[in-house]
Amino acid sequence: MNKQKLSAYLQRFSIFIVLIVMFLVCSLLSPYFLTPNNLMNVARQLCVGILLAYAEMILIVSGFLDLSIGSVLALAGVLSVSCFKSTHSMLLALLVAFAVGVVCNLINATFVAQFNVPAFIATLGMQQVARGVALYYTGGANILQLGKFVKLGQGMLGPIPIPVLIVLVITVIVWYLFNHTRYGRSLYAIGGNRKAAEASGINAKKSIYISYIICGLLAGLAGAIFMARNNSGIPNGAVGYEMTGLTAAIVGGTSFSGGVGTVMGTVAGAFIIGFLENIMNLIGVNSYIQSIIEGAIIVFAVAFDIRSKNRKTTKQIMAVKDEDAKKG
Amino acid sequence: MEDIKLRVEGIEKSFPGVKALSNISFAVRKGTVHALCGENGAGKSTLMKVLTGLYKADAGQIYIDEKPVEIKNPIQAREYGISMIAQELNYVSELSVEENLFMGRLPVNRFGKVDWKKVRQEAVKFLKEEHLSYAPDQKLKTLTVSDIQMLEIIKAITNNAQIVLMDEPTSSISQKEVELLFEKIAELKAKGVSIVYISHKMDEVFRIADDITVIRDGEVVSSDRAENLDIDTVIARMVGRKMENVYPKEEMPIGEKVFEVKDFHQKGIFDNINFYARKGEIVGFAGLVGAGRTEVMRAVFGLDPKEGGTVLIDGQEVAIRSPEDAISRKLIMLSEDRKEYGIVPVRSVTENASLASLKNYFFKGFCHRQKEKEEVREIFQKMDVKTPTLDTLISSLSGGNAQKVLLARWMLCEPEIMILDEPTRGIDVGAKFEIYKLMTDIVRDGRTIVMVSSELPELIGMCDRIYVMCQGLITGCLERKDFSQERIMMLATGLLNSEQKGA
Repeated sequence: MNKQKLSAYLQRFSIFIVLIVMFLVCSLLSPYFLTPNNLMNVARQLCVGILLAYAEMILIVSGFLDLSIGSVLALAGVLSVSCFKSTHSMLLALLVAFAVGVVCNLINATFVAQFNVPAFIATLGMQQVARGVALYYTGGANILQLGKFVKLGQGMLGPIPIPVLIVLVITVIVWYLFNHTRYGRSLYAIGGNRKAAEASGINAKKSIYISYIICGLLAGLAGAIFMARNNSGIPNGAVGYEMTGLTAAIVGGTSFSGGVGTVMGTVAGAFIIGFLENIMNLIGVNSYIQSIIEGAIIVFAVAFDIRSKNRKTTKQIMAVKDEDAKKG
Repeated sequence: MEDIKLRVEGIEKSFPGVKALSNISFAVRKGTVHALCGENGAGKSTLMKVLTGLYKADAGQIYIDEKPVEIKNPIQAREYGISMIAQELNYVSELSVEENLFMGRLPVNRFGKVDWKKVRQEAVKFLKEEHLSYAPDQKLKTLTVSDIQMLEIIKAITNNAQIVLMDEPTSSISQKEVELLFEKIAELKAKGVSIVYISHKMDEVFRIADDITVIRDGEVVSSDRAENLDIDTVIARMVGRKMENVYPKEEMPIGEKVFEVKDFHQKGIFDNINFYARKGEIVGFAGLVGAGRTEVMRAVFGLDPKEGGTVLIDGQEVAIRSPEDAISRKLIMLSEDRKEYGIVPVRSVTENASLASLKNYFFKGFCHRQKEKEEVREIFQKMDVKTPTLDTLISSLSGGNAQKVLLARWMLCEPEIMILDEPTRGIDVGAKFEIYKLMTDIVRDGRTIVMVSSELPELIGMCDRIYVMCQGLITGCLERKDFSQERIMMLATGLLNSEQKGA
């Protein structure tokens, strides 16, 4: 029985164990890995990806996804940057970024919720449209000389980079949404069985709209940070970032079939990928090879996750927590 | 006549932590129907899976025609002439009737190309022989569930089977088709085919079974000729105690009218629907499958659209456009389809139970998890829900317990009017009895129940009044003193419709 309990624990926290093991292996592989400088670097690099991972996780948990997030990020970013250049107001620039993200995703949500277009198709269309608008608006050229705007991506508040701080705040907000709001709970129900959720009085359409709006806000914020980090407004930037977000969420245990996923798991997923990329850079793995390794690891990670969840003991995973609660 | 077709000796099967089957032995005679009775979770389905090679037994031996055999997989089982009609239907709704019929055994020509001509020929011939009225190229999704079930049954038994295993074959077909099935079974018996029949419906079992084996907690309790048994004995053996009364009905004083539905209509589905229910009353809805009972209730609850009609609660007209509206008016509906409209399989029993009353646990900006757990624990205790822990996934519970969790979900909303659509479908006798008891408790508290059911004995046993529907219309309403299976069936088949018009 004890052995069973242990294995249930291992499965429940498998993703964090993977993260810790990875951390240890990385620190053995390269002496530079554990330096504060390097770790801070990893955190800073992960900022945009984690924001997108939250957005995707919110959607995947409720049974949807957003393929347009990379393009919407770019569009929101360039518009935000150009707003800043003409007004020199950080606040206005951020508002523009948020607005662009929200408008794009309201369109996504309308098609998904109102016309029942599969999210894959609706957001695939938006991916093209938003990218097109971004390129058309800038004439395909990067917007340079951002002035103080770069602080958003490169500035420091004491010892902590500003983007890292922002992500910390957002993490708390998303965690709160999932654990302390009715909206968060309904996401799990909608993703797990939308018909049952609706028959229990949950307004699924409303939740879908809210999810896409949150997703838009995150895309806008990520866009501003991305441009600031890169010193310029790049209409062609962040191509394929929707996959980065999806990957982190999925590696972090979010179930593609909906209804399952946690914020902390997603953070772990993002860091696993972040550490992996970092260590391969540190030990000088050829960048083409890096891509091969990354792809393989993602598939193996998910296969492992699915396999462990299909095991008999898994049904007791949740039970483990409860038993302890009773003792405590 | 004493030829033994299938003999099972000392079958054992364990899963980690559970002994599902221990020392199961029984014998099925050639050309007879052998019924297996037992509560959900007694091990019947596991036994079926052993017999069809889906599971490997830990110990024991299976004999066919008294020769020991080893069944390693479903294909081998088919070779031994064992055919299975599963409880959960396996079909591809996007494929046609003929494709589903020949799935896994499509005839191919020399070059490996499917011989569609032959498929069509055989399918047409087959459908004609079996008096089925659909076209071979019709997509399966255009058929009703009972049509599909019938097709599935006929597919299995025409497979040249020597032994047919039927797991709850009548759970989703109408009375008429049940008769058809029983004719088929008689035909098969005459041909010397043996049938292992699993059902919770005792009247069916006693109609067709020659032998009855009762299984409880993975062990054989008894194995007897049917003529030496009666329903009460079998039920008592199944649950391990003698049940005094199958329907714990208490006649209670009935209050004023609290719920009324007026002039509901939706073109082509139901029309002219008027009914009411009083405080403390259990109102039944009888009818054949497809009579429109579920559709009416879904429209009342705001799940489906309606063209017109009003709902009155406590004499006041209320607008119900969605389940949300209904729930806020203390009107709830337990759906007939537990899997599709009930459980959220990947979430815990607690989350499933609290789903419809989230606002009781999420307030002042936080989730009050402790309160949620306590209230769920309390209601589970009251309803005797058997779950290992409050964090267990609902999908790992048995049907009866899952149903109780769903009932708990609605009880947590503190409803005044409860529509229960097939509340006991697919659950075992013991759990059924507990649901009936809960219903009695509910009306004793002065609430109102509208129960839709396809099982007449249950309606007659539990209701104060029964409305009968036929083809989208209410064809009659009977008071408790006038209840009889015959009268209800007459109304349900439309034979008494004219009388209603005259009155």
